[in-house]
Amino acid sequence: MDKFEQAFNDIIAKELKVEPRDWMPQKYREHLIRQVSQHAHSEIIGMQPEGNWLLRAPSLRAKQVLLAKIQDEAGHGLYLYSVAETLGISRQEMNQQLHDGKAKYSSIFNYPTLTWADMGAVGWLVDGAAIVNQVSLQRTSYGPYARGMVRICKEESFHQRQGYEIMMQMAFGTPEQKEMAQDALNRFWFPSLMMFGPHDADSAHSSQAMKWKIKIESNDYLRQKFIDHTVKQADYLGLTIPDPLCKWNEATGHYDHSPFDWDEFWNVVNGNGPCNAERLDHHKKVHNDNKWVREAAAAYALKTETQVA
Amino acid sequence: MESGDKVWEVFVQKKAGLPFKHVGNVHAYDKKMAVQNARDLYTRRGEGRELWVVPADAIVCVGLDEADAFFDPADDKVYRHPTFYDIPDGVGHM
Repeated sequence: MDKFEQAFNDIIAKELKVEPRDWMPQKYREHLIRQVSQHAHSEIIGMQPEGNWLLRAPSLRAKQVLLAKIQDEAGHGLYLYSVAETLGISRQEMNQQLHDGKAKYSSIFNYPTLTWADMGAVGWLVDGAAIVNQVSLQRTSYGPYARGMVRICKEESFHQRQGYEIMMQMAFGTPEQKEMAQDALNRFWFPSLMMFGPHDADSAHSSQAMKWKIKIESNDYLRQKFIDHTVKQADYLGLTIPDPLCKWNEATGHYDHSPFDWDEFWNVVNGNGPCNAERLDHHKKVHNDNKWVREAAAAYALKTETQVA
Repeated sequence: MESGDKVWEVFVQKKAGLPFKHVGNVHAYDKKMAVQNARDLYTRRGEGRELWVVPADAIVCVGLDEADAFFDPADDKVYRHPTFYDIPDGVGHM
């Protein structure tokens, strides 16, 4: 083992941070590029299901809030692309990988947002699940990723609250509104739980990532933590978790859950969810439609920027 | 990187009297766009009263292989710290 590898191993063992110019194993770098770019793409693609309701928000206040939240998601995507860039991949390459289907994003965004209550469920459950994961990642071993997570978590906490506020308005509203809220919970519950990824025993990337302390806590641990928080929040709303086996278990000190439909999960990951094609097509279209803007900006900079190399 | 697209490092001063702090970077094609993008990305919640952007390629850093030797002269100069000196209790606060 050379001194660089030794230095890297020491950083990991002492729970210090690896910084961009430090030596790191190629596999560590590749794992991070894959994970961080996927995380970034999720933030960006995640703007679409919410953008769907922007022009139909039920009040000016709701619209302002939703717009601010979507803007935050764009920002989170940009922080994460910056993190990935420190590992030696360009933003353009990442976009290309997304468009070629080589890079993934969170499957949850391949589900449609059918009613206004879905904006509540997305904030409450999807952002809620993401927060549990991201809080854990604040301690990840790669310095720039950890710093990005701190910033993201600080901003993200409003997202979950605004989602829960929508759920309260719907659940405590008319019977039709309450029905909509229940329907949104029914559709988003299991997909949100599957956001945490495969069970620990089946997770191909997890164990090495935990050795490197890229991941600090396992998929199942984080998922359970999320379930335990969320069941009480559903109770408060007077809504029913769409899982008959979801009951408090004295012995484990946790809520139980039914087995997940992993066939559906993988089917959506592999491109066959209700909105996969739509999400990707939209991203490509916007990127191509804006080509003239990038060209104009480059031409303008060439004309006006003198001292910038 | 796409032609014309550049990376700018961003520094923000939150309040008068505080130092500028590196907060991250943005992509932009020119200075004005860099400043606007930095505002939209890093100061959406009143985090800034002043902001600098610097082309990333204008930043000079110490080569990683030389870093140990570069900072080494400071390693053996404990007398630069106040705790190096013994001052009797009777002297009072110093």
